[in-house]
Amino acid sequence: MTIALPVQVLIDGTPVQLPPGHSVAAALALRPPGCSRTSVTGERRAPFCGMGICHECRVLVDGRRRLACQTLCTDGMAIDTRDNPAGGPP
Amino acid sequence: MSLRESHCDLLIVGAGPAGMAAALAAAPAGLAVTLVDDNIHPGGQIWRDGPGVALPPLARQHRDALARHPNIRVLCGTRVVGLGGPAAPGHAPALLLEDAERGWAQHSRRLLLCNGARELLLPFPGWTLPGVTGAGGLQALVKGGVPVRGQRIVIAGTGPLLLAAADTARKAGAQVVRIAEQASWQALAAFALQLPRWPAKALQAATLIHPRWRAASHVLQAEGAGALERVRLQRGPHQETLACDRLACGFGLVPNTQLGQLLGCELNERQGLRVDHLMATTVPGVHAAGECTGFGGSERALLQGAIAGHAVAGDTARAQALLPRLARWEGFADLLHAQFPLSPAVRQLAAPDTLVCRCEDVPHHALAGRTGWIDAKLHTRCGMGACQGRVCGAATQVLFGWTPAPPRHLLSPTRIGTLAQETD
Repeated sequence: MTIALPVQVLIDGTPVQLPPGHSVAAALALRPPGCSRTSVTGERRAPFCGMGICHECRVLVDGRRRLACQTLCTDGMAIDTRDNPAGGPP
Repeated sequence: MSLRESHCDLLIVGAGPAGMAAALAAAPAGLAVTLVDDNIHPGGQIWRDGPGVALPPLARQHRDALARHPNIRVLCGTRVVGLGGPAAPGHAPALLLEDAERGWAQHSRRLLLCNGARELLLPFPGWTLPGVTGAGGLQALVKGGVPVRGQRIVIAGTGPLLLAAADTARKAGAQVVRIAEQASWQALAAFALQLPRWPAKALQAATLIHPRWRAASHVLQAEGAGALERVRLQRGPHQETLACDRLACGFGLVPNTQLGQLLGCELNERQGLRVDHLMATTVPGVHAAGECTGFGGSERALLQGAIAGHAVAGDTARAQALLPRLARWEGFADLLHAQFPLSPAVRQLAAPDTLVCRCEDVPHHALAGRTGWIDAKLHTRCGMGACQGRVCGAATQVLFGWTPAPPRHLLSPTRIGTLAQETD
């Protein structure tokens, strides 16, 4: 029998543990209200469409822009919801 | 080392029921099939895999069957971002693909679009608050592991998807405090009376009926400081305010036609990609199957996918043998399209300061005076953000009757490395 070890990710520098196989959106939700980005007028936003359409859940994952709902958490992953300046250029 | 170009016989975009069925139909003929999907696992929306879901047996069978074919290459986490440069004569258009690591031009003899459908997401006051999601969106997030145990959830909008979303939330331990369906009881009864023509659907509907389901009801406003705290609803002639942790709203489905339109494919009267009886679009070498040809459910998508797969592999007889079964499910699709028209009230939920374009934060009042989609884009940046109008384009079609212009090259944000490689 294999034991599924928890995965640890950093969200804005804070360690968060969760079971393997979870999306980055799931990791964000462990820190309510689970925000992912700041909009061009400064509103905080969270995952919305859940299926890679709306791009509300875009975050920086290890320095690259990824969609939280379509990205799997891996051990040691650094997720940043802050350094996504004002929605960023498209 | 990064791969600049890749070649296959059949490229299938979208690994939901249609794409999986197509790959399995085409593979026995020996075609080199590449199946790409931007999600973490194959399955599309209805068969989405993850820690928050137990896959239905039919989905598992399709997944296992894909793995048994060495000539089917499944690439998840892979997105079509645009056009991939010139194609060989007689081949399908080449596409520019990108995954987490690299980008490349994917060439194929034949291309099959199984892009599925997305939710129609309509603006209302408070819809940008954290805690508000799509209805299918909530389902997808829960399947991916978003915890909802013990949370109070309101679901609103229209169509059978609301009940399916409530079922997923309930199984994940949430308390569904209201399902607000905008259609009238009369419309729902008319729908229910037709259902016995598709016994499996009638049975499914019976298991999904929820005690908190109300007709002639719709969302008015989501409220909270920094995050959702409560929802105001219209319920028949009365209003109610419910405290909740999540609000999930879906107003129907919209076929994903952006890639097809980029390639020049024509649309049909269901706002899907137009196909002939063997699933060929109006562009040579390009086929389409499933919800992107006009939504109609997974049974229809499976049949359209299998027909497309057989047809591309040259087995027209086997493709045609499936047409009578497809006709039955096209009837179900007709029923879905006819029974849940949006009420005038639901089309007018946004207040003047409600943001319509969530990417560029464009409020309703900035759009109300514009003459059309292009005029709005040029003057307000509506539809010019990261989602490229996938949300607000469909919304403004409902709100203002605008027809979004067909997309151009680069369908979504793309890494500069992918583009630099393209022009090497």
